[in-house]
Amino acid sequence: MKITEIAQLLKAEISTPAYCKDINIKSACSADLMSDVMAFSKENAMLLTGLVNPQVIRTAEMMDIKVVVFVRGKKPNQGMIDLAEEKGIALLETDYPLFVASGKLYDVGINGHGE
Amino acid sequence: MGNVVVRDYMIPANDFTVAGEASSSVRKILTQLGVTPHAVKRTSIAMYEAEINAVIHGHGGKAHVEIDENKIFIQISDEGPGIADLELAMQEGYSTAPDSIREMGFGAGMGLSNIKKHSDLLKIDTEINRGTTVNITVFFNK
Repeated sequence: MKITEIAQLLKAEISTPAYCKDINIKSACSADLMSDVMAFSKENAMLLTGLVNPQVIRTAEMMDIKVVVFVRGKKPNQGMIDLAEEKGIALLETDYPLFVASGKLYDVGINGHGE
Repeated sequence: MGNVVVRDYMIPANDFTVAGEASSSVRKILTQLGVTPHAVKRTSIAMYEAEINAVIHGHGGKAHVEIDENKIFIQISDEGPGIADLELAMQEGYSTAPDSIREMGFGAGMGLSNIKKHSDLLKIDTEINRGTTVNITVFFNK
């Protein structure tokens, strides 16, 4: 699933203008605890989270996560957007809560099994 | 053959905006050297967790990294309070991190066990009120 399709489905704004248009997302993980993302996450290229701080971007980088969706209307600051662009990570913002956003993606075939 | 890449980094105390810079730099070097993505990821997770630990618990510290064609050795040392009960600290879920750290998405007590899981050799030297040194080795062919 392309980033633009994900943005459409989640009524999300893409906050990193220079995002990668070719990336194809097949699986994702949802967590507010970055320790758990590193401990339990499989080869997922997308993270949904309600946590907003620079360590989310760092964790995404270490885990090869290419897309981060901030849920519940959380907004990354400019420092986080700059860091994400530097690392080639796309940031999305949606008003949906974590459960609903995850469900909408699961419904259209995004799984949690890793690539 | 026999080329060793050596890097040293400072890990600033309590600065969450730059925490992870050292791990990020090492990750870039490994990728440029053509190390497999699997080994890069294992190294990244192990080093990042140790770096975060130094920021959270150790009042910052330093990282020393040696990379040769077969492996990476990472030594992260701090002059923090030390770990009172290492065996207990290694258990998943055990944490002494304050709420301010938990709000950052860390402090779940997964750090040390996560480092162990993603490294091939792990040696931790710690002394109360003197500090902690974490020695991590990851072999690239595993």
